[in-house]
Amino acid sequence: MFVFVLNRIALLIPIFFGVTLVSFGFIRMLPGDPVAALAGERDMTPERHAEMMAKLGLDKPAWQQYLDYVWNLLHGDFGTSVLTNRPILDEFMELFPATIELGVAAMTLAIIIGVPIGIFAAVKRGTIYDQGIMGLSLVGYSMPIFWWGLLLIILFSGTWGLTPISGRISFLFDVPTVTGFLLIDALLYGEEGAFASAMHHMILPTIVLGTIPLAIIARQTRSAMLEVLSEDYVRTARAKGLSPLRVYGLHALRNAMITVITVIGLQVGTLMAGAILTETIFSWPGIGKWIIFSVFSRDYYAVQGGLVLIAMIIMSVNLIVDLLYGLINPRILHTNS
Amino acid sequence: MSLLEIRNLSVEFQTVAGNFRAVDGVDMDINETDLLSIVGESGSGKSVSMLALMGLLPWTANVTADKMEFAGLDLLTISSRARRKIIGKDISMIFQEPMSSLNPCFTVGFQIGESLKQHLGLDRKARKKRCIELLDLVGIPAAEERLKAFPHQLSGGMSQRVMIAMAIACNPKLLIADEPSTALDVTIQAQIIDLLVDLQNEKGMALVLITHDMGVVAETAKQVIVMYAGQQVEQQQVDALFATPRHPYTHALLNALPERSLHLDRLPTIEGVVPGAGDRPSGCLFSPRCEFAQDDCNEAVPAMVSTDGRGLRCFHPIENVGREL
Amino acid sequence: MSDNAAGSVAVGTQQSSMLRQNLKEFWYYFSESKTAVIGLAFLVGIILMALTADIIAPHDPTVQYRDCLEQPPTLGADKCNFAFGTDYAGRDMLSRIIYGTRLSLVAGGMVVILCLSIGIVFGVVAGYFRGWVDIVIMRIMDTILSVPGLLMALVLVAILGPGLLNAMIAISITYLPHFVRLTRSSYIIESSKEYVIASRVAGAGKFRIMFITILPNCMAPLIVQATLSFSTAILDTAALGFLGMGAQPPAPEWGTLIAENRDLMLSAPWTVTFPGLAILLAVLAINLMGDGLRDALDPKMKRS
Repeated sequence: MFVFVLNRIALLIPIFFGVTLVSFGFIRMLPGDPVAALAGERDMTPERHAEMMAKLGLDKPAWQQYLDYVWNLLHGDFGTSVLTNRPILDEFMELFPATIELGVAAMTLAIIIGVPIGIFAAVKRGTIYDQGIMGLSLVGYSMPIFWWGLLLIILFSGTWGLTPISGRISFLFDVPTVTGFLLIDALLYGEEGAFASAMHHMILPTIVLGTIPLAIIARQTRSAMLEVLSEDYVRTARAKGLSPLRVYGLHALRNAMITVITVIGLQVGTLMAGAILTETIFSWPGIGKWIIFSVFSRDYYAVQGGLVLIAMIIMSVNLIVDLLYGLINPRILHTNS
Repeated sequence: MSLLEIRNLSVEFQTVAGNFRAVDGVDMDINETDLLSIVGESGSGKSVSMLALMGLLPWTANVTADKMEFAGLDLLTISSRARRKIIGKDISMIFQEPMSSLNPCFTVGFQIGESLKQHLGLDRKARKKRCIELLDLVGIPAAEERLKAFPHQLSGGMSQRVMIAMAIACNPKLLIADEPSTALDVTIQAQIIDLLVDLQNEKGMALVLITHDMGVVAETAKQVIVMYAGQQVEQQQVDALFATPRHPYTHALLNALPERSLHLDRLPTIEGVVPGAGDRPSGCLFSPRCEFAQDDCNEAVPAMVSTDGRGLRCFHPIENVGREL
Repeated sequence: MSDNAAGSVAVGTQQSSMLRQNLKEFWYYFSESKTAVIGLAFLVGIILMALTADIIAPHDPTVQYRDCLEQPPTLGADKCNFAFGTDYAGRDMLSRIIYGTRLSLVAGGMVVILCLSIGIVFGVVAGYFRGWVDIVIMRIMDTILSVPGLLMALVLVAILGPGLLNAMIAISITYLPHFVRLTRSSYIIESSKEYVIASRVAGAGKFRIMFITILPNCMAPLIVQATLSFSTAILDTAALGFLGMGAQPPAPEWGTLIAENRDLMLSAPWTVTFPGLAILLAVLAINLMGDGLRDALDPKMKRS
């Protein structure tokens, strides 16, 4: 188990360098003059150009720039936004909780619904329930989620007026930020209706963001269960006279979950990508919307910083999932050494 | 008193290529303390008939019988819930591949304890005590530590012992062992078979031993049923079977034993293969491969004729004693 | 194998009849899944639509009918008769969607071609040479994978500039690791099999072993992956179009269509609904086909 953990962590190092190289190179690969792009000024005089170049550190040799860049990163300095002049890390950390809140809600939805219906489809293999569930999940991940979001807004917010169109909370409430997680902050704030409003605003975005992970988790759970159900130890469990609930829910599921956990972990990357689209549609003030805005407003440091931060977060999540996998798979946890 | 009575058991599987009859008209009578061996090649239906008894076949299987009673309970019409009460308690089964028959995610103690909790309602302390007793009984050293072991930490022989412990945990009246030693090392095979026979004696339970190894049959069984292509072809007392086999198939099987052909240059074989789904012969299923086949063997399927423990399905049985090639 | 002409012809016909036999067998398994066949039929329909767009589209997709701005779908009216309605500039939605099939198909096709060609080469090279080459290639692929696809594509488009071509290139880069990994892992599995040793003993050179002996046996999962990447590429192209980084207006790419009509989505929902429906149906059809392909090519499911 120890060796396993060490292996996984060791893998992160080259990836870290790879990602930082990409984000470092990103600015150097921009068309045109990087100095002009970063300084945000046009038609600079040669003196001004040299001045900006020195200020931005672009006059040093490339390898030194890269090392400076990595050094800064390791000290938590992700650069400064060209637009707002604030440290990128600060801007990121301000907006990140909103994305986490949405992501957690979406993932919870996906797991709570996806795993049980995947098990159900496996147990009822070949029947109309199985085909129906698989058909729906196929539609689920064939959908463009930005369209799905707009469709839901048109129906639920537009035609039926059931849900709000955008934002995290009604503008009537001014909830002070404590944790950054609006649901918690609204509870702490205590004003009547604040929490309910926050929940209300979360419904559609959660459904939209969670649809694809739900579909994929349902599919993967089903196929993991099918594999497990044909194993000998399931037959042994039946031969012991155990109830179907115990046979499927404990003996089979426990083994199937080993695969399913990995799948769930992989969905975090999908969630990030989905968040970019979902936040744009619902004007949800999170990381996704911020990145798009930065790309369009040519705030390149922000894009670069955001890229590294998001990559690092996903790598960490992958590491945790790998470690979790090692914990729940007895063959790895209890190795005969 | 007859513990298990089966009359005319048949199992048909729905397959892509039509219905396949894996078991065809099997009869069986087992009393308490009987030791019956079911012998046959792969595909003879010996495992499927026992799985049908236990209710462990997939939904594509259609099980029919005139009678299938265990200790007075009708196993054909029994509800799933009632069946689950006796499976694992009064009837137990162990399987061929012990390494994959144990759940890799749970400890040995947990898996044995499950049966005890489910059927006997023992509390944790009692379960632990009983588990250690059982592991001792099946010959596993350092039983208390072994309770915490995971299946992948056990060898093949040990895994099978654990399976046996699990099966006898609730003192079953009938234990079915489906090729228990086939997947194990040769040196371990004898140990496992001996263990089963000893347990059967000690506990006074009935044992059905499914195997394709005639050597095992000779050493352990009292009664033998020979199966071919889903049908029973012969049933006899073990000594009589070996001395005077009456069905040509049994005769050929015994002749193929290396011990019986020491005086020959070549080991005798049975030409041809067991009929599958698509090439079932008309008439007697063994006739294409039978060296004693006559014309009427191809026309009709012989019926199983049973008289007090001896049964035969053949138009022209071997009558002469010691008739060999 | 004889090298004379007659021998080659004999072997040639033998190989072509074997190919036909394989195709027949493949079709038998594939057609067992009705949904897969429906998916294939739909895809063929889309391709035909793209090819015959000039003929079947009722209007020119760029013409703006100033009198009929934002008209709902109507049939049989005297004026402003548009089956799918008109958009914010009065252009026929149906025609724009029909012409949009071209852009989606080209996007999907280009991504698949790029990914297959580059991915296979990298995968085979990594699998054959192992050692440093393998490690470097796989770490690069891991780096690409550590960033979510859409984000990576966005950054790349930010560098290259918006547009359909750049979007396709960006998307191809993000899919590349999947192809490389798949090729490499089935390559490694195959290369330890005996027919490879036999080839080597018979004197086959590196190149031949890599691409002619081993590679054909790795193709099955790659074909399935290619099909699924085709559909995902259509989705991602539309996503980039929606974000304004893909095909630029007035190109009738389906995602771009949704973006340009987003302001009127509540007052004129048809302008947003139909392009999205087109994306959904196209992707669904290809995914259905891909599922059928996977089942047909999976040896475990074959019945003897």
